[in-house]
Amino acid sequence: MAIAIGDKLAGRAALGDRLRQAAEGVVIPTLALIAAMILFGIFVAVSRVDPLELYAVMYRGAFGTWFSWQNTLTRAAPLILTALCTALPAQLGMVIIGGEGALVMGGLAATAAALALPGAPPLAVQLAMALAGMTAGGLWIALAGGLRHYRGVNETISSLLLVYIAIALLNHLVEGPMRDPASLNKPSTRAIGAANMIGSIPGTDIHWGLVFGIIAAVLAYFLVYRTTFGFAARIAGGNMRAAKVVGLAVGRLVLAMCFLGGAAAGLAGMIEIAAVHGRANGNLAAGLGTTGILVAFLARHNPLAVIPVAVLLGGIGASGGLIQRRLGLPDASVMVLQGIIFLMVLASDALYGRIRFFAPRGG
Amino acid sequence: MAVAAAAGTALGWWGVPLGVVAGAVRVSTPFLFVSLGECLTERSGRINLGLEGTLVMGAMTGYGVSYLTGSPWLGVLAAGLVGAVFGATHAAFCSLPRVNDIAIGIALMLFGIGLAFYIGKPLIEPQAAMLPSINLGWWSSVPPLRDALRVNVLFLIGVVLAPALVWGLKNTRWGLILRTAGESADAALALGYSVNLIRLGATMAGGFLAGIGGSFLSLYYPGSWNERLSSGQGITAVALVIFARWDPMLCFWASILFGGAGAFGPALQSVGVTEGYYLFNAAPYILTLLIMIITCSPRRTLTGAPAELSITRS
Repeated sequence: MAIAIGDKLAGRAALGDRLRQAAEGVVIPTLALIAAMILFGIFVAVSRVDPLELYAVMYRGAFGTWFSWQNTLTRAAPLILTALCTALPAQLGMVIIGGEGALVMGGLAATAAALALPGAPPLAVQLAMALAGMTAGGLWIALAGGLRHYRGVNETISSLLLVYIAIALLNHLVEGPMRDPASLNKPSTRAIGAANMIGSIPGTDIHWGLVFGIIAAVLAYFLVYRTTFGFAARIAGGNMRAAKVVGLAVGRLVLAMCFLGGAAAGLAGMIEIAAVHGRANGNLAAGLGTTGILVAFLARHNPLAVIPVAVLLGGIGASGGLIQRRLGLPDASVMVLQGIIFLMVLASDALYGRIRFFAPRGG
Repeated sequence: MAVAAAAGTALGWWGVPLGVVAGAVRVSTPFLFVSLGECLTERSGRINLGLEGTLVMGAMTGYGVSYLTGSPWLGVLAAGLVGAVFGATHAAFCSLPRVNDIAIGIALMLFGIGLAFYIGKPLIEPQAAMLPSINLGWWSSVPPLRDALRVNVLFLIGVVLAPALVWGLKNTRWGLILRTAGESADAALALGYSVNLIRLGATMAGGFLAGIGGSFLSLYYPGSWNERLSSGQGITAVALVIFARWDPMLCFWASILFGGAGAFGPALQSVGVTEGYYLFNAAPYILTLLIMIITCSPRRTLTGAPAELSITRS
């Protein structure tokens, strides 16, 4: 024990301890997942559905075939990005749950950018869309961060209120000023045009959004763990007062982290427009931001861990249709399962440091 | 909305203020119950963000039980009990070491909404028995005014409950214990009380009230069960408690204010102003945000804030 502390003071824990710590970070969430699956199994058993059959169907719908893999990975793409919206500010100890709002604002801004540039070359339009989406999403969350830092307004509540405001704005624009008169059943904006859509990765049906998501997550990881900026942010997240005392520009850190998180979710909105819907309408607020919160917590706010967790949650989402058709379960089953996973993962926080096997022993 | 529309046709532009006032009374009840419940929970030193999920669960349960038994009041009771169970779940998870009450609240919000949609799927079609209302406008010959003065019993209960809670928190032994847990967990412990147990009770009571608030949505106004029933009333009410400085009586006035803000869009629509209808829907949220911006401060803790509350500590 004493050796372990000495090593940590020297700045590097022994390799065995670091491995054990990493294993703890994988094993405990896995245990939480298994516990959640057991609980959900009991839950569906009450509805007279065989849990084993359910999980078999879910596996097939999520990872069983190439088709389902493509579906899963397509769904994972926006989840990676909206998870970053929670995970990046979390480095500063902030709980931001407004990814859905940043996604909606990003999608709206991206659509507006595309509609404002008729006849421009597609690459220029796509760049403008991405830039507009990221700026709008980033500013939306930076607003919550700024209110927290400069006015003391709780960021969890304000970011959620901003979700409802963003959705109202979306409804206002697609029903009014931006409405395409030809869209009768589902009020929408005009289409951005087939030429401006970002296509699929060659040989697959998975759109390029997945690549953007993975690049963003890797960049976020390097930012948080390999740069002075990320180090300063984690210091401030550990102890805000100490960070202020040693002279860190906490306000700037808060604004920058929130902007980057919001920009990621805004990019997700741009991708939803440019790769899936082709125009802005109510489909934009489909709960991707909400699932992103769960992804971030399950990944313990580690940007790299966000990728596999997003694939897992994307898989659960992808299997939703199949369990509805095969087993007659309501579409809300996925939400229930997500809620149970969330609760179990949070409860598993109590286990850290409790399992002796993972305790540091200086070897 | 139908009421506001009727008001508009008979009274012209006067329909707007009348619609807002009528709407304030009508729409405020869920805000009132959720905020009174959350007020109790927060005074014990814990915050439950899951009340949005509790509200939706309460709405579904109330509607289902009313449909199955034919008694809306049994529905209200069942909604409250389910809310109390959700409160107990929140408290149980929060009593684990290192588990954060805000995060558990978010999880319970998702879980509650999902569970309500899951169980409530078959309840979208059938029509349940609605809660009765009391006609306080019998003396008037103007139909819209009569409609505006038709008040639900739950609202009246809320009107009585708010000052009762103020009194109870201040003057009873239970109120003192609750406040002690909220101001200093160590002091409560030193007096021999279990802080977790006190907060369990406070969170269950809060959940009970939030569940009842939900049953109002499905059993009176708008008076149906569907998946778009609540749009953030629960979370708005949680923010409203901060604005109301943890005072139940101020929660009441704040709820009225928010109800009025929510009724503004439909009231304008009733006199033919449809421009910006969806923007007016955002009015309660924008109002909440503005009020929080004005009343919060980065330098000092808020007056009236329970010292143990994580949300107000910087």
